[in-house]
Amino acid sequence: MSALPAAVRPRAFGSERLLAVDPLHGVISHHAFRELPALLAPGDLVVLNDAATLPSALRLTSHDAELRLATREPNGEFLAVALGPGTFRLPTEERGPVPRFAPGTRVTSGELAATVVGADADDARLVRLRFELEGAALLRALYRAGQPISYSYLERPAELWDVNHRFSSRPWSFESPSAALPLTFEVLGTLRRRGVELGWLTHAAGLSSTGSPALDRRLPFPERYELPDATVSRIDAARARGGRVLAVGTTVVRALESNALENGTPRAGLGEARLVLGPGFRPRVVDGVLTGMHEPQTSHFALLGAFAPRELLERALAAAEREGYLQHEFGDACLILPR
Amino acid sequence: MANPTNSAALRDKDPIPTAVVTGASRGLGAALGRALARRGTRVVLVARGAAELEAVAASIRAQGGVAHALVADVGDKRSVYPLAASAAELVGPIELLVNNASELGPTPLRLLFDTDCETLERVLEVNVVGPFRLAKALGGSMALRGHGTIVNVSSDAAVEPYAGWGAYAASKAALDQLGRVLAVELAEHGVRVLGIDPGEMDTAMHRAALPEADPATLLAPETVADRLVALLGGSDVPSGARLALSSWQGQGAP
Repeated sequence: MSALPAAVRPRAFGSERLLAVDPLHGVISHHAFRELPALLAPGDLVVLNDAATLPSALRLTSHDAELRLATREPNGEFLAVALGPGTFRLPTEERGPVPRFAPGTRVTSGELAATVVGADADDARLVRLRFELEGAALLRALYRAGQPISYSYLERPAELWDVNHRFSSRPWSFESPSAALPLTFEVLGTLRRRGVELGWLTHAAGLSSTGSPALDRRLPFPERYELPDATVSRIDAARARGGRVLAVGTTVVRALESNALENGTPRAGLGEARLVLGPGFRPRVVDGVLTGMHEPQTSHFALLGAFAPRELLERALAAAEREGYLQHEFGDACLILPR
Repeated sequence: MANPTNSAALRDKDPIPTAVVTGASRGLGAALGRALARRGTRVVLVARGAAELEAVAASIRAQGGVAHALVADVGDKRSVYPLAASAAELVGPIELLVNNASELGPTPLRLLFDTDCETLERVLEVNVVGPFRLAKALGGSMALRGHGTIVNVSSDAAVEPYAGWGAYAASKAALDQLGRVLAVELAEHGVRVLGIDPGEMDTAMHRAALPEADPATLLAPETVADRLVALLGGSDVPSGARLALSSWQGQGAP
């Protein structure tokens, strides 16, 4: 199967398309993204990840290298992946040699400074950082020094306003939870007027690739999330009335299903999502997912196997290819939901 | 003068949990930050001047309140996303935004045709586009949650044509109307948008514009801040309303 073309820039307002896959009937249909509300029913619940995206790519001034923040630990330290020199135009796997950051090394990116306090036993490119600042001062320095993670297929580097969707709040994500990017206020209003409920959680979407095949196989890393009371009661109410729960993005699936697996049923609070989804996994909470277009060899595609048989997903992808859908972060959308 | 406030008596049972106040290093913004914090709101204060702003935040913390200072120019496009996200990280998802920061243009005030076009651009950037950007960056999560409040601080200059106030007046009229349209559009998401005219206050900005004014005839910013906080706690103000605080006597007025 040949590649779907990538969207090389954020899309013109409302131009995204929506490929709808109904695993119950094996039906594939084509829509404009703004028609999403018509594919849902009154009483359904749509859950978003409201995490804003940090400028997590730090070009170092102390070393000829880049550090990409990947997760924040409960003690305030960060795990980061070291990349060799090069701009966003150079795919991560083609970057130059990565310097070795021995524990105790001080790294700086402009006014942002940190100490490397540890390195992964299996791959020294994965390091643990302790920043010298905290609170408002750390955020200020991080936003000054960092850039949002960008992609080699883009025609210009991504800006914060490209990678943050319209409903973002706390900056927990290291890479954009991009499934919500096509969601406009117009669509949000249409959903409400149709009687579709809205829920939210905050999930620290991590890196999608590291440039190291060995590290990539360990993705996604455990990611922290917070599930609020308000969303838990909306989930309970939706299920009680026979409504479907639609996750906007795979991060929402991961948070909700990890939580339900641990607690038996969704329970509000902070947690760490460790679940790796794939074919054979039976979701307990989520009925369907709204996601980007992903190709068969990606881990995202494997995750979708929890929602539809591979044969149907491949048929959907072939239809997407025929119809000229665009893939990647700023591409078109795919709804997998039994109807 | 301001009513002395007893913090224990005034601390609300159900305060607005989190707020961002711009232009908070002095005048109404600083008074509002203090008044909100006294009632239990965790506040993020925003202004350009780091030293003054940090001093206001420190004085709130010294009184037992929760306050953070974020130094930013609301007229700078690049500052908005860092500001919105940092504020939410520091105090939690934001439930109240007060667009209070304002740019007067050069003083003494000038007739409109003596005003540089670049001055008008800067005034519009700070007084209209900046509040719009911030409302957009913070209002989405309010809309998703189904509640929240955006307050735009206006002026009677938005309504009355005073000679010399052209750029400021035009910007505040634009801000008022932006707020009214937003109020209509966000109503179904439970987000309130209010315009307030604080009246003539004894502030550095007022002294710059009208140095000959008698301070005895002016309102203390603390009085206006207490009125605004009382107004926000009440339920009798419909979204889209524009209220003159110099004469406001609604539910809970101090």
